[in-house]
Formats: sequence, structure tokens, C-alpha cells
Amino acid sequence: MTAAVVEHQRAGIRALAGRVGLLGGLTIALVVSLVLAAGHGQLDIPPSEVLGSLLHKIGIDLGPVPQHPQGENTLWQVRFPRVVMAALAGAALATAGALMQGVFGNPLAEPGVVGVSAGAAVAAATAIVFQLTFAGTWTVAVCAFVGGLVTTMLVYYMSRDGGRTEVVTLVLTGIAVNAVASAGLAFLMFLGDTQAREEIVFWQLGSLNGSRWEQVAVVAPMVAVGIGAAVVLAPKLDLLALGDRAARHVGVDVERLRMSVIVVVALLTAAAVAFCGIISFVGLVVPHLIRLLAGPGHRLLVPASALGGAVLLVLADLWARTLIAYADLPIGMLTALVGGPFFFWLIRRARRTAGGWA
Amino acid sequence: MSLLSARGIGVSYDGHPILAGVDIDVRAGELVALVGPNGAGKSTLLGVLSGDVDPSAGTVRLDDRDLGAYPARELARLRAVQLQKQGLAFGFRVEEVVRMGRSPWHRTPHEDDDDRVVAESMERADVTDLAQRLYPTLSGGEQARASFARLLAQATPVLMLDEPTAALDIRHQESLLAVAREAARGGAAVVVVLHDLSLAAAYADRICVLSRGRVRANGTPVDVLTSELLTEVYEHPVEVITHDGNLLVVPVRSRAVDNAEEVRCVTPWPHA
Repeated sequence: MTAAVVEHQRAGIRALAGRVGLLGGLTIALVVSLVLAAGHGQLDIPPSEVLGSLLHKIGIDLGPVPQHPQGENTLWQVRFPRVVMAALAGAALATAGALMQGVFGNPLAEPGVVGVSAGAAVAAATAIVFQLTFAGTWTVAVCAFVGGLVTTMLVYYMSRDGGRTEVVTLVLTGIAVNAVASAGLAFLMFLGDTQAREEIVFWQLGSLNGSRWEQVAVVAPMVAVGIGAAVVLAPKLDLLALGDRAARHVGVDVERLRMSVIVVVALLTAAAVAFCGIISFVGLVVPHLIRLLAGPGHRLLVPASALGGAVLLVLADLWARTLIAYADLPIGMLTALVGGPFFFWLIRRARRTAGGWA
Repeated sequence: MSLLSARGIGVSYDGHPILAGVDIDVRAGELVALVGPNGAGKSTLLGVLSGDVDPSAGTVRLDDRDLGAYPARELARLRAVQLQKQGLAFGFRVEEVVRMGRSPWHRTPHEDDDDRVVAESMERADVTDLAQRLYPTLSGGEQARASFARLLAQATPVLMLDEPTAALDIRHQESLLAVAREAARGGAAVVVVLHDLSLAAAYADRICVLSRGRVRANGTPVDVLTSELLTEVYEHPVEVITHDGNLLVVPVRSRAVDNAEEVRCVTPWPHA
């Protein structure tokens, strides 16, 4: 018995080392990709100058500053807000995906797939078309949050049966919700003027082009609160894997947990959708890769997904704007292009391993 | 004094009564077996006792307090439940699943015992060798044992098990019930839904026979398990014999094949 305890403590230390290693590695990857992405574009700035510019800004006179006369401006007016926005949106979407999968008990749940992003986009588009400004720069974000919340609850209550959600029900519910949402978007495009139309089209494609600091200032606190809440809720999501009844038996207030998670998912999705549009599949791919690396425990899955999602979207955005010279491809298009086949592979796999559409 | 007591429990689904006027008490230190034919309401009664099913009539008191008055976490420190079939949404390892049973004790002084209790529980349920296996890849019987280990890890004074032996081989059926009875000897109140009446006779201090949503009999195995009562309740001739001081309950089979009364459908099998 004591040998087992000692063996367990050793395993615990190994697990802790793995945890620190994974989170540390992802943090380093995030910093590296942020610096790289900030330097690349039509005007290339070497990483040393990007770092130098950053250090000088916070008052440390270290490293070279950008040589190009437009370098400093490009970095601070265009690149930094854009890469920070990419990191925030990626972190938000991947965390929302991990949370949704936990609460649905289904590894295929994702804000884009089940239509939460589309619901949030409809509400945000409503704000644009009717030129709502009741909350200043926050108006679009607030609308996106409300839209996301309503859609998440709708999907949740429509697709759940007996404490869990079957793959078929979830995907079909997603189709229905996405259909209604695109009808809503189409109607709003019909109503709106040319400028509003353009903005809505941009939403459906998803893009980080034209991200500004004012937008970052809205999204950053939403993402910070959302991820903070997600980390707090994470340990209980492990217990939810047992199913509603058994989770209750080990002391989880299932209804309360569920509502909290739904609100956090809506908050995170709204943060990503408000200014970047619909970027799907990030919430599907990232948590899945983390699970392959580190197992299904949410204590590690949630923060690692946040970091991994940030890395993925920063790099995907870099790819989107450098793939074709002088063209800024919509990032939502790219993530869907990669994510679609991945989703298909996941479905095949879920069907094989779970012995049917379970 | 009974740790768990239910009075006048009634449950109906779609206007169809499942349980009616059920009274049951479980005292600390005893193992009570719930037996009865399919659809008698055993699992529903266990659901009511565990707080999963809200009865349409009657009250359940746990440790002299209304069951509904407990917050989820406090309730989880008093009673643990093993369901008939325990699924799992993600590929957690057996040890992680057993550790989930410790979650009601997080941020309490009992948390320090986690490692020891988890190791002991796995030992008792004979799943130590499976500790690093992924739960969803286990066989039905192995999953049942892992769930039993999780129940033990919760270390509560009331234990409820719904057909825990259904998927187990003979050795593990015996060892599971022996551990459950050991827990009762240690002061726990244990309720087990069982189908195997001989197992119930061997391990239960008291047997409660349910039939059509009512308590048909309630008492020691010797008093309750009689040929007359079981034949009536199960609507099938049943014999109770004593072998080496053990009660054995066996259905009467010999004449069934030739007896026209036993054949439900007069149409012969197509390939007969």
C-alpha cells in the first residue's frame, strides 16, 4: 500500500512536470509566433527590431529599433493590434471549444459547428445595420454576447437527451441553427446599405484585417474574464464526463455548472466574433490536439487550449496575409479549409471508437 | 436509529404508477438488498433514495434531515451511488475516474487522505492492475469494478449500488459483496439492488422484496426468501433449498419444456 502511494506521488510529480512543460512550451511558442508575425508582412521587420521596439516602448533601451522610417508606425498602428487580436480571438475560441465539449460530453462540439458563432454574428450584424450605439464601442460586443448566449442555450436544450448529446443530434442541431442564422444574416444584408453589407460579408468570412487598439481594449477584458472563469470551472468539467446523474452523486451542482459554462462560452465566442467575424474549427482542432498530448483532464486542457488557440490563430493569420503577396485572405476561410476535413476525420473516428453515433 | 428512511414514497411516470406507498429504513451497519422482478421499481426506489428522482408523494430523510434540503456537495459527503451502467464522455484513466470519487472532500482536511483512500479503494475493487488503462476501453465488468472503486473512494456513511454484480464474474460478484458487507460491518448503511437471490441471501442482513411498486416483504433472508412468496412474486415456480447452511434460490425448470402451460406462444418456431 505504501509502495502504491509512493508510486502515485512519483506519478504526480511527473504529471506536474508535464503540465509545466506543456504550458511553458506553449507560452514560448506564443511569444515566438507573436514576434515573428508582427515582423512579417509587406514591410518586413526582423524579430530583433520588433523586440527592440517593444523594449524601448516600455522604457528599456535595449536592442535595435526598426530601421525603416515607417517601421515603428507599422508595428504599433497595424501589426501589434492585429497579432494581439489574433491571439485573443484564438485563445477565446479554443477555450470556448474545450468548455463546450466538456459540457456537451461530446468532443465534436464547437462554437462554429453548432452555430453559436453564427448566432452571435447575427446579433452583431443587427447592431451594425440599425446603427445601434447604446454602449459606445462596446455595442457590437454586447450584442454578440446576447446573441451567443441565446444560441448556446437553444442548442444546448435542443440537442441534449438523458444527460448527454449524441453526435448526430448535435450536428443536425448545428445545421438547423446555422440555417436560421444565415437566413437572419441574409435578411440583414437585404435591409442594410452598401457599407453595412460589406461589413456583414466580412463577418461571414472572418478576418483580422483592420484590427485597432480600441477593439483590442474591448476584446481583451472579455477574454481575460472568460478564460479566468473557464480555469475556475475546469476541475468540475472532469466530473461532468461521468454524466449528469453520477456528476451529481459526487457533489456537482450540475444545473449551476451548466449555466455558468454556457454564459462563459457565450462571452468568449462573442469576444472573438465581435470584431473578427466567424472563425470556425479553432475550438475543435486545438482542444483535440491538446487531449492527444496531455489527456482529457480539464485542469490542463483549458489553459493549454487557450495558449494553443492563440498560437494557432496568430500563425494562421500570418499565413492568411502572406500566402499571396498584396492579398489579405479571410482567415475564416483558411481555418474552415483545414478544419472541415479534420472535422470529417473526427466524425469517422468517433463513430469507430464509440461503436456508433454515440 | 435509521440513517436513511423513506415514508410513503410514490412515483408515477405519465400517470402510470411505478412506486406506491413504499416505506423503507436503512440503519447504519446493515446491508439491505432490494430485490424483485423486472419493473418492480427497484431502480426507481434507489433513484428516490439517492435524490435523483423526486417522488410525487412521500419524504426521504437522510441523517434526520430532508433529502431535498442538502446542497449537492454536502449530500455527496453522505452518500455515494454506483449506477447500473456508468458511461464516460472522455478517455480518462481508471485511476483518474476513481479519484473523481474524492472530489466532495476537496478543500477539507480529508483531502490529505486522497492518495491512500484511492489506492485502498482500487485494491478492494481489484482494479489496481487496471489503474493506467483508459476507462472507455474496459469491458463491462471491469467498468463496474472501477465504478465500485470510485464509490468506495467517496468514503461516505451511506452506499447505494444498483445491480453492481450484473456484469461481474463469480469471483468478483462474491468479492464485491464481501467488501460491501465489510463496509456495513464498519458502520456504513448499504443498499444494493440485486437480481441474484442466492447472492442476496448470502450477503444481505435484510431483504426488501418489491413487487408492482409496493413492498411485498421486508426482513431477514430466512424469513423473506420462501418458496411460496417468491413463486407468487416472480410468477414462476421457485424452490428455496438449504445447502451447507446457505440459502439457495433456484427456479423450477425440469418439467417446463414439456408442460404446455409454460409455452407462451402456440405458434411453433418457423424452423422447428
